[in-house]
Amino acid sequence: MTRILDIQNLSTHIELSHSVVQAVGDVSLHIGAGETLGLVGESGCGKSITGLSIMGLLPPGGKVVEGSIKLEGRELIGMPESEMRKIRGNDIAMIFQDSSSSLNPTKTIGDQVAEPVRLHRGGSKKEAVDRAIEVLELVGVPRAKERLADYPHQLSGGLRQRVMIAIALTCDPKVLIADEPTTALDVTIQAQILMLLDGLKDRFGMSILLITHDMGVVAGRADRVNVMYAGRMVEATDTKEIFSHMRHPYTQGLLASIPRMDQDNSRTLFSIPGIPPDLTSPPQGCRFAPRCGFVQADCRLNEPHLSGDDSHVAACFHPVTDGLLRPEMMVSVSHGRVLKEENTSEIPLLEIKDLVKTFPVTSGAILRRKVGKVHAVSGVSLTVRSGEIFGLVGESGCGKSTLGRMIVGLERPDSGEVLLEGEDVFSLRRRELARKRRDLQMMFQDPYGSLDPRMRVAAILKEPLSIQGMDSRKEQEARSLELMREVGLPSKALERFPHEFSGGQRQRIGLARALTLSPKLIVADEPVSALDVSIRSQVLNLMKRLQVSHDMAYLVISHDLAVVKYLADRIGVMYLGKLVEVALGEDLYAHPAHPYTQGLINTIPLPDPDIERNKDKDVISGELPSPIRPPSGCRFRTRCPRAQDICAQEEPQLKDFGRLHQAACHFPLIDPLEGVGVSLKKSAM
Amino acid sequence: MEERETEGVQEYSINLGGGLRASEPGGSLVDGGDVNSEVTSGWRLALRSFAENKLALIGLGILIFFILFCYVGPHLYYSNQLSGNVLNSDLPPGAGHPLGTDNNGYDELGRLMVGGQAALEIGFFAAIIATVLGSLYGAISGLVGGVLDGVMMRVVDVILSIPYLLIVLIVATKYSGTVLSLSLILGLFSWLVPARLIRGEVLSLRVRDFVSAARVMGSGRTRLIFRHLLPNALSVVIVNITFQVADAIIAIALLGFLGFGLQYPHVDWGDMLSTANTALGNGYWWLVYPVGISLILVVMACNFIGNALRDSVDVRLRRR
Repeated sequence: MTRILDIQNLSTHIELSHSVVQAVGDVSLHIGAGETLGLVGESGCGKSITGLSIMGLLPPGGKVVEGSIKLEGRELIGMPESEMRKIRGNDIAMIFQDSSSSLNPTKTIGDQVAEPVRLHRGGSKKEAVDRAIEVLELVGVPRAKERLADYPHQLSGGLRQRVMIAIALTCDPKVLIADEPTTALDVTIQAQILMLLDGLKDRFGMSILLITHDMGVVAGRADRVNVMYAGRMVEATDTKEIFSHMRHPYTQGLLASIPRMDQDNSRTLFSIPGIPPDLTSPPQGCRFAPRCGFVQADCRLNEPHLSGDDSHVAACFHPVTDGLLRPEMMVSVSHGRVLKEENTSEIPLLEIKDLVKTFPVTSGAILRRKVGKVHAVSGVSLTVRSGEIFGLVGESGCGKSTLGRMIVGLERPDSGEVLLEGEDVFSLRRRELARKRRDLQMMFQDPYGSLDPRMRVAAILKEPLSIQGMDSRKEQEARSLELMREVGLPSKALERFPHEFSGGQRQRIGLARALTLSPKLIVADEPVSALDVSIRSQVLNLMKRLQVSHDMAYLVISHDLAVVKYLADRIGVMYLGKLVEVALGEDLYAHPAHPYTQGLINTIPLPDPDIERNKDKDVISGELPSPIRPPSGCRFRTRCPRAQDICAQEEPQLKDFGRLHQAACHFPLIDPLEGVGVSLKKSAM
Repeated sequence: MEERETEGVQEYSINLGGGLRASEPGGSLVDGGDVNSEVTSGWRLALRSFAENKLALIGLGILIFFILFCYVGPHLYYSNQLSGNVLNSDLPPGAGHPLGTDNNGYDELGRLMVGGQAALEIGFFAAIIATVLGSLYGAISGLVGGVLDGVMMRVVDVILSIPYLLIVLIVATKYSGTVLSLSLILGLFSWLVPARLIRGEVLSLRVRDFVSAARVMGSGRTRLIFRHLLPNALSVVIVNITFQVADAIIAIALLGFLGFGLQYPHVDWGDMLSTANTALGNGYWWLVYPVGISLILVVMACNFIGNALRDSVDVRLRRR
């Protein structure tokens, strides 16, 4: 195969005021014509900098210090800027991760899509607009002609990403660099965009460099996969080979760290201990050595270089041969009580009844006229029993976070009740509520925003105790030390400030803070979605371990069904403010009743090329309707393949499917139990 | 109800990482990775970045020089600033009068020192009054929100739309005279910008997760303000003070120049410039340049310091 893009020994450094980050070191890769190359790695491994080096768009201080990048034999390194401009957007195009900041908010999308044509092809305005319409239709923007005059903010996230792709495609590039093209999108939209990319590649025969952290995304569409770690290429081979016969322990660990839908969640998840090295002063020897399970003396002395035959190279002195680490090889964790059948005699730890929350949409600065309301949560009921992990999944905007915030009392519901051990939280008086909060804690999504940057960790951990007026100073200190040990951080961490920690470590501190008061329930809002795969599995294991040792319950909120499936005993699926299905984790996965649940399960990219390539391409079409004017009847009907007239007229009630399984659908995928129509009013077990 | 128990732990000869290691509940497994051994507080990082800014150090140097010049200078260099000697008026720089004398026969160098005292004092007092008032106003407005916020901010809008100097002039004619009263007047009319600034900061801080976290722990509003919001908004306040100092020094110079400044026997740089204004046509340059350059240097120094502070405080979270 001819090499369209050939990178040899690329080294890119980024100069900071105090130090030099050796972001990319000695990286070689090549892409053939019509080939898709997956470049995988965790954040900070240098994959994006590699992509930006190709484009010549390095951030301030960034510089290619060594190596060559050849596009069809032409050297790009050292090419004058005027020449480079002709190549950028013309021969090589790039799709960025964040479409909301990559599109110019003050120009219409028509202008933005037409711009590359005018710049590179020198066509007339009319030709450029025609071409813009053509590519916009190509990428599936409905009614492209009418949309030309729209501004980016008028489009949804999925459409914006399509426009980004359209801009990249206007000049028929030879190479398309897609840097995390779907990371910011919901799973259903992600599936649509990935399918679009597949289709476009088949039609135009472009070469694609797919940069991503998601092994599932790579499994389905890359021909070859290159894995990067800490600025180095550690392994490169065919996609099939890398998933079954990987040689580098990092690749093996990375793949095993991903929770799978079919995984037995009573076993631990594999996790790579520690955190990636600081690239301003990388360690001597193999950069993975400090975290590697197979490390030997020579790994710490010399750095391994890529070796192997042409089809499979790995940079490791002691490559692994045993293939994928199966979950069966993991340690079992003792697990909390698992409720298999309904038990009505017990008072549930948390019971929420018919919770409704709307946010007013206002206009005008002074008078604040109400022009409508966002229906964030519309009548959700569920229960969590003590010692149970309840998972709540749904796409962004489905109201799951609002629900979580209402449970911990950060938002007041419009109507409905939150009962903690039978007591309504919102009817409590201030002092009683403050006491009640000991039982109800929260873990936040953003590891950077959830810790006060001006407080030392010791003060952060003591704060809950001093707010609640518990324990003497000495006892508080002892408690902080104990918590640090429990979440796996060294005790000297107590003296540090939050900005000195990595994301995973901060999330551990957040968990420790939530644990300080020994709560009965922790609401965890997207606890791991900001973390890298290898760090994520550490935190998931930790959460599970602590749940058992502290005998508490979690309500885990996440958009990631695989994460929820791994953590939770029971799962609730939310769609546009409604709870559409509740079931035990394995039941939900094995035989979902609601078409939306089925669609969600189908759209998750799995890190397995065999499954991913043979998956039926039925993805949920369309986008989430506006929560300001939710559809009548069943809210999912606008995107549902099974929808009929009744779905628009009548709202489906939760039906019982046995074994704590309920779903709200007129035409469920499995048969409900005979004659049992559970109304929404009753507790939705 | 079903209880799942630990099913025994598989033993591996090699350490395969977190998932395969026996994980005892509550065990002392430090698998979260290590932390730096050097403790660096946010303030210390900010200070480090400040110290690297050459302009900031120059600004700081200039400011310290002028503080010494104005307060220590008169003890080393004596000159009579209470009664002028008309016989000595408008002397050019020379022996006895390094910077010459003005039209009333006051020694220009000594006057520069005394006038500088007034400028610096009024600058700092006014800045502190404005910042304290503005911070409180803005913090309350941002934190309470809703209708009160709307009303409070519209009040600010209205006051901002009135020509500020005009009011200061009118008020100054009635109450002018002392350093304190002028500081008060200036301070009372320049709290609007800090008020907006702090409100914006509080608005963005109060929806941050760490504030939510404190609320979930049961924290009351007072604790939120004093433990979380204020310490985090403090950086903005400090930066603001330096800019306010510069503004106030300019404003008092302007008032003095227009003849509404300090009254005899006090003097400020604005008065001196106003006196010099008439002398300029006669070629008495020593009445204009020393005081003019001093004024520019002090204001510039404050702005350098303010800029550097803003930069160092801003990057605090971005750079490790």
